[in-house]
Amino acid sequence: MKFSEQWLREWVNPPISSEELLAQLTIVGLEVDGAEPVAPPLDGIIVARVTSLSPHPNADKLRIVELDTGSGQQSVVCGARNVREGGSFALATLGTVLPDGMKLKPVKLRGVESSGMLCSTRELGLADSADGLLELPDDAVPGTPLYDYLKLDDFSIDVDLTPNRGDCFCIAGIAREVGAKNRCIPEWPSLVAVKDAVSTRFPIHLDAPEDCPHYAGRVIANIDATARTPLWMEERLRRCGLRAIHPVVDVTNYVMLELGQPMHAFDLDRLDGAIHVRHAVSGEQLTLLDEQALELQAGSLVIADESGPLALAGVMGGAKSGVVEKTRSLFLESAYFVPERLSGVARSYGLHTDSSLRFERGVDPELQERAMERATALLVDIVGGEPGPIIEQRVPRYLPERPAIHLRAERIERLLGLKVADADVLDILERLEMEVVVLEDGWRVTAPSFRFDIALEADLIEEVARLVGYDHIPSTRISLGFARNDRDEAVVGLSRQRQVLVERGYQEAISYSFVDPTLQSRIDPDLKPLALANPISKELSVMRTSLWPGLLQALAYNRKRQQPRVRLFESGLVFRPQSDGSLLQEKRLGGVIAGPLEPMQWGSPEQTVDFYDLKGDVEALLHLGVGGGEYTFVPATHPGLHPGQSAEIRRGEQTVGMLGGLHPEIARKLKIGGEVFLFELSLAEIGEGRLPRSVELSRYPAVSRDIAISLDEDIAAERVLSCVRKAAPESLMNLELFDVYRGEGVDSGKKSLALGLIFQDVSRTLDDTEVDGGLEAIVCALEEQLGALLRS
Amino acid sequence: MENLADLIDQANAEIQSAADPAGLDEVRVRYLGKQGALTAQLKGLGKLSAEERPQAGKAINEAKRALQAMLGQRKQALARAQLDARLEGERIDVTLPGRGQSSGGLHPVSRALERIEDFFVRAGFEVAEGPEVEDDYHNFEALNIPPHHPARAMHDTFYFNAHQLLRTHTSPVQIRVMGKRQPPLRIIAPGRVYRCDSDLTHTPMFHQVEGLLIDEHVSFAHLKALLEDFVRAYFERDFELRFRPSYFPFTEPSAEVDIRGERGWLEVLGCGMVHPKVLENVGIDSDRYQGFAFGLGVERLAMLRYGVRDLRQFFENDLRFLQQFNA
Repeated sequence: MKFSEQWLREWVNPPISSEELLAQLTIVGLEVDGAEPVAPPLDGIIVARVTSLSPHPNADKLRIVELDTGSGQQSVVCGARNVREGGSFALATLGTVLPDGMKLKPVKLRGVESSGMLCSTRELGLADSADGLLELPDDAVPGTPLYDYLKLDDFSIDVDLTPNRGDCFCIAGIAREVGAKNRCIPEWPSLVAVKDAVSTRFPIHLDAPEDCPHYAGRVIANIDATARTPLWMEERLRRCGLRAIHPVVDVTNYVMLELGQPMHAFDLDRLDGAIHVRHAVSGEQLTLLDEQALELQAGSLVIADESGPLALAGVMGGAKSGVVEKTRSLFLESAYFVPERLSGVARSYGLHTDSSLRFERGVDPELQERAMERATALLVDIVGGEPGPIIEQRVPRYLPERPAIHLRAERIERLLGLKVADADVLDILERLEMEVVVLEDGWRVTAPSFRFDIALEADLIEEVARLVGYDHIPSTRISLGFARNDRDEAVVGLSRQRQVLVERGYQEAISYSFVDPTLQSRIDPDLKPLALANPISKELSVMRTSLWPGLLQALAYNRKRQQPRVRLFESGLVFRPQSDGSLLQEKRLGGVIAGPLEPMQWGSPEQTVDFYDLKGDVEALLHLGVGGGEYTFVPATHPGLHPGQSAEIRRGEQTVGMLGGLHPEIARKLKIGGEVFLFELSLAEIGEGRLPRSVELSRYPAVSRDIAISLDEDIAAERVLSCVRKAAPESLMNLELFDVYRGEGVDSGKKSLALGLIFQDVSRTLDDTEVDGGLEAIVCALEEQLGALLRS
Repeated sequence: MENLADLIDQANAEIQSAADPAGLDEVRVRYLGKQGALTAQLKGLGKLSAEERPQAGKAINEAKRALQAMLGQRKQALARAQLDARLEGERIDVTLPGRGQSSGGLHPVSRALERIEDFFVRAGFEVAEGPEVEDDYHNFEALNIPPHHPARAMHDTFYFNAHQLLRTHTSPVQIRVMGKRQPPLRIIAPGRVYRCDSDLTHTPMFHQVEGLLIDEHVSFAHLKALLEDFVRAYFERDFELRFRPSYFPFTEPSAEVDIRGERGWLEVLGCGMVHPKVLENVGIDSDRYQGFAFGLGVERLAMLRYGVRDLRQFFENDLRFLQQFNA
């Protein structure tokens, strides 16, 4: 809501500076978004009256204008059509710098000297466009600085209103708040009812009283079609962000800004029979004031006559029945629409108007007649005309109730932590125009009709707090009992997992949870992702089913910025529709690596990442909380991964994640060069650890043996290790695979694995024959079960 | 026996000129070895008379000791020189960069989140989580935002269908927690939230931390103190704070909190006393219990803390940006 400070101060004028006023508005809850001077300084621009006009000897479109400048005579050459003898205009005197930077110097226009310039509102920086010169009313005294005459020492203040304060969308509402804060009573403009001049009535029917329980109308006959909006009103509208359009429309806008009641004026001669406030039926058409043709939705509230819809109620009038230049008689509307019933209607047609905004937030249900009287008085002043009686329809059962609320003194202190004296509470409530009855333990309070946001005791307590000032509420440290936020030691938290990755050179990424459906379908073609109905863009339109699309996009982004080495991880929810129609929102941890393993460095050859580098990182994560041994890596395929370089990670029978090389086809489509490796783990599945448990250490020496075996290339290392473990005696303490070799000395199609074994017994020293026996059993098993041969 | 002194002098000269331990050993052998010159002198004692013998023997032994001492000193000197030479040869350029894996780092939003969580966990709050794909009930209805409430239009909600949406704030976690447990409650709920808005100062996804404290005697004054303590702890400095009236359908009274920055007031969070209707919606006796809730904007806090100018940088995942926070 944008308004003029001057206008506000006409209503209520506390002895505080503009700056203090702005701070105060924010402090009472009407947050000031900005305040701007309503005009540039306009030094050197004065009121001048035209004393004579004569044609220019050398130009048909120019005239020589003699001016009374208060202190003398001056002549200027002027091309504007609305310049007239006796009229007062704004003269930019010589030496003046206009707001657009132009400096006025004496010039000769087609051979005739011009010392100064008559200005339009555009040239004065008061409007973006203008039609002709700014003509001033007759009371403008020549020589008066324009800035003083127009009282331009004013601010346009923009307040950002919260949805509950619809009552502040007008000068009256803001004046009430400022008045309450400063103990000043706002002064209303005179609302003396205009005497009826004609008895013309126009019938009104409330056909949908649940949406519109109160409607006031009035006929004003025989207005002066040539009247113009007075400059003072035009200025006020401008300072509140509205443009003057037509004197009748300007008056209704003025009353809306002043009192908060949106009004509408129909051309009476174009109405047929009677007004019906009713629901539209499907298929009805309405062309709005802005020439936009609407196909009405069934149920939308419309103002109609006997022939059809005239206006979209509370939103915008129609072109057919609107006020035009030749309009002679008016039907003026001042209505109350139920906010909940009107909410979202404008939006559903792609509309948003000053009227719909106010009706949706709520208009005082008791304001209609007052607004009607105010508008009538202004109209009679400006466009003349003969008003008829106010025609009123009201269905009380649909009008909002004003509940009596019990406010307990003790509750104020309990909720705020501040004791407010009873007298102060009463004073505050009365300043806010509440009806108050004093009770033994507090008050019974009825809010005024414009405060429809007040329904509960807590609402009243907020009002007390607001006017006391939140800054007067103390800060009191709360003392609460010890909180038992027990933590399971065996559970590995995300922060530890993240730390492991950070130490291994990963950078954490955060990408949007909605991704490009094309990219996602490459990675997860079998799952139909949850799609947004109103995405920001196609590229951000489906919920991720995996962390990989976001990570790959981040990788591609960095590759484009000459970053060859990328190590990224992200944690967050993925959204996986299940076959039963439900949605699994699963927390995952994923990562991507590509490019050199380590930062470029001297003394070690550059090594590009491979599957095992990633696997090492993943194992580091998996071993948190459980040590090794609990997880198995099983060759598996995934549409996003290289079929020969991908594995499922299992814990027992449960699949907990996946890792592998990015499928080269996807890499090609994403234009990512080189090999890329990805992992993704389900956080719930890998977080479950166990408590460490200490066992006795052996005091006897360990015996270590290394063996090398050759076997078929396609036998997985995991099988070899598990065969060894099964065949080994109990004294096998440790088993490591420390080399894989192919080449000279090993037949093609075979590989050689080197294993390191350590034997140790807790109760005695092992002798060589025992160890050798155990080793032999292992070798036998490897030969028998895997066809392995011991290499010498 | 004049030649004994000459012998010592000569030996000393040879000792001093020995270039290495091997050369020195040769000198030792030449004088003290079985065939050595001094050994020969000892053997020659037998030729002397019994009167001369003790004195001569003594002189030879003294010479031998002197020689041994000289050898020992020289040996040490040579060893030291050899070690010095070795050390000199092993000199490296300690200014060459170290090797190995470099450290990565957490995202600045995570960094800020950890800092925020740390404060509240120390204050006895528990961390709770909730789904991001929410239903209308938890995101709006239960929070006293019925259909057609004007606050809905201001939420710029992402919808999937009539019932499912992306949560627009972390407040639905309040409902989920209160729906399961009775007070006293002290929780924070950090997480991603979504609004259908994207420009210079808005991203369609951002992070909030919701806070909720419900007990029997919890007042606005307690809320003020807690948030003041938080701001001071988070920024490690005193800030002027301003609580001003605002509106959230799920709190009453409601406030927005600004901190005084270099260029005026900056809004950092919204808060208020939990609305009695919200408590009733989840089956908590609003006459007995009351409490406060607050919502912190994590990106704003991270921007202020780390001097980030452009909100959108948080989600571009540019390594050059992310690596700035590895310190």
